[in-house]
Amino acid sequence: MNETTTASPSRRTLLGWGGAGLALGAAAAGGTAAALRLGDGSQPAASAGDAVPFHGAHQAGIATPVQDRLHFAAFDVTTTDRAALVALLKEWTAAAAAMTAGREVGDGESSDYADNAELPPDDTGEALGLKPSRLTLTFGVGPGLFEKDGKDRFGLKSRRPQALIDLPAFPGDNLDPARSGGDLCVQACADDPQVAVHAIRNLARIGMGRVAIRWSQLGFGKTSSTTPDAQTPRNMMGFKDGTRNIAGTETDRLDKHVWVSEKDGPDWLAGGSYLVARRIRMHIETWDRASLKDQEDTFGRTKAEGAPQGKQREHDEPNLKAMKDNAHVRLAHPDSNNGVTILRRGYSFTDGTDGLGRLDAGLFFIAYQRDVRDGFVPLQRRLAAKDALNEYIQHVGSAVFAVPPGVRDKDDWWGRALFA
Amino acid sequence: MRALRSSAAAAVAVIAAFTAVSGCAKKSDAKDSEAVKVTATDDACEVSKTSFPAGHVTLAIENKGSKVTEVYVYAPDDRIVTERENIGPGTKADITATIKAGSYEIACKPGMKGDGIRQKITVTGGGAQKKSDPELDKAVAEYRRYVQEQADESVAAAQKFADAVTSGDLDAAKKAYASSRTGWERTEPVAESFGDIDPKVDVREDGLEKDQKWTGWHRLEKSLWQDQKITDEDKALAGQLMKDLEDWRKRVGTAELTPTGMANGAKELLDEVYRNKITGEEERYSHTDLDDFAANVEGAEKAYGLLKPVAARHDAALVQELDKQFDAVKKALDGYREGDGFKAYDTVGQDDRKKLSDVVNALSEPLSKLAAAVAK
Repeated sequence: MNETTTASPSRRTLLGWGGAGLALGAAAAGGTAAALRLGDGSQPAASAGDAVPFHGAHQAGIATPVQDRLHFAAFDVTTTDRAALVALLKEWTAAAAAMTAGREVGDGESSDYADNAELPPDDTGEALGLKPSRLTLTFGVGPGLFEKDGKDRFGLKSRRPQALIDLPAFPGDNLDPARSGGDLCVQACADDPQVAVHAIRNLARIGMGRVAIRWSQLGFGKTSSTTPDAQTPRNMMGFKDGTRNIAGTETDRLDKHVWVSEKDGPDWLAGGSYLVARRIRMHIETWDRASLKDQEDTFGRTKAEGAPQGKQREHDEPNLKAMKDNAHVRLAHPDSNNGVTILRRGYSFTDGTDGLGRLDAGLFFIAYQRDVRDGFVPLQRRLAAKDALNEYIQHVGSAVFAVPPGVRDKDDWWGRALFA
Repeated sequence: MRALRSSAAAAVAVIAAFTAVSGCAKKSDAKDSEAVKVTATDDACEVSKTSFPAGHVTLAIENKGSKVTEVYVYAPDDRIVTERENIGPGTKADITATIKAGSYEIACKPGMKGDGIRQKITVTGGGAQKKSDPELDKAVAEYRRYVQEQADESVAAAQKFADAVTSGDLDAAKKAYASSRTGWERTEPVAESFGDIDPKVDVREDGLEKDQKWTGWHRLEKSLWQDQKITDEDKALAGQLMKDLEDWRKRVGTAELTPTGMANGAKELLDEVYRNKITGEEERYSHTDLDDFAANVEGAEKAYGLLKPVAARHDAALVQELDKQFDAVKKALDGYREGDGFKAYDTVGQDDRKKLSDVVNALSEPLSKLAAAVAK
């Protein structure tokens, strides 16, 4: 396995116009504070501007310490040509490796006429001069890649993982098909929103004619942390949620709850995971009118400290019985779910207003797990049936993806084992 | 129609390098020794010198034939550098123009028709143009013929539309509307390169500048579909539209066309589709957006087809991809054909519009690389 330290990002050095001083300073920082990826899949935090290694046993962007911003995109595959799809995945992988290292897409190397001013630039350019910003690009494949409308589209039907189920309907769902599903997905996380958006934009552009964006979602603030010593972020309701999330350093819990093992099968997915994405709209106006007591009862936590009800500190072990039966924490806690644990990596979103003067805001929920059937599905069944929060939220988008293992080295590519 | 002036003007600029100064001189100021004498007869076009220095050039024309004639100076791609029409039998006329170094043809057109009787001439001197590629010159010349043909056909089709408006026949006017626009939409980047014509004939209400009077197709579109009636003002507007289109038809031959301009023009036609047709903005009252869409694609494919042999030599994979994606777009459009035209766009749902958008993206992205493949 090729465990590289952070390469000096050339995106900075390409900044010929303006900001030369900034570029120099950034390059110096990049040299001294290189992010290191550990062989066991756990990762120490890289500092904010750095590059997160793209290659490894697992894809980055799962156990990686959660970055500040998100751009998540789901794609429909529009080509019917398996070779064209494979070619795209190779091009995407090369572009992703470049962008996560802070380099431009294309680099002019693959172009026969790099100096030709008639040609639109390979890279769209808005990330020139920006730091790598811990950009991670995480790739997944949805059920539709294997089979759509009863058709085996790319000869992959027999390779569909049994755990890659079509999610069942849950009570209270109000899913918009235009914000749900997708044959492929890319999760772009970075500390700089422009770096995340640049990544999705360039992948979408490369994909035109073979894939088309089905929907995409921006997230402006992380709501989960995979670094336990960092402060737990608050969601749009003002509460800390996911205090007991799996940490990127908890190798045992990652192996138990997140990574697909070789014995789970299928082979091509060993070292991968399953991703569930849900766009959860919050009725924040009515929430804001709820009394503090109601709000705290709804979550089962105090608002200010985030402590479990009846306890003093956020990380105190909760006494579930001290909470109401329908409190969110009580229902979601592993102890109430036979130990079911998922890795949460959601982001707050606000997509302007909804035309009725209400903020179109909420949580773009992202969870990684070893098996959806033992993870999100039973958990959400329980929450959908009883959670006091349901009065204030509505699930309006939904998707599920199998996330292949990491790209090993520069000869490997997203989905290689699946197409082998 | 575009809301903002864009690179179209730069890519297919109206003649600027060659300034035709005159054509209206009644008596010759030029000394006989300096002027290039052109003697036109019914079957010959004699030129006193076939080589002369660049700069101000005067052509002293004498029509010794029995038919009214006209004289043109053509660049190698058949662009009109300068011209003089209506030179009667037994009369003289001068043309003065600033001509850069290069190869040209002087054509006399007895009876004012056809390609004319041509003489090759060489203009010598500094600032010579870079050597042109005969294959590309041929492509440009052929495209120029296409553009002229489209303008000619458009004026005829628009006349039917204008006549229906003038006679107050609402149904006939509605029927003739979409096809009156086809030639314009096929060659829009060239048409738009005449900056003053597009705002008169193809502007939408939201594209009007301060104090600009709304004229042209879309003003009439609103009357026919929204107001459902034809006023006296509309009849006058139909006459104005014909005048403006006639102006376009006459000037289209002077547009400076280049191979990269053609390639970029093709891309811009797809940009038009993406911005204004997919959204249903262009034909918001008549909902004939798909007719424009198809015409834009046809025009783009024409330019591409002419450039294809050269592009294929430089980038075979690009040409293969473009062939595939042009077919995909045409196939997608075929699904909406109805009678001679297309389904009304307001009956096309959001999901189907997204599918159209996807195929347009799939074509436009490689099409944006055509100019580079041609210029390489």
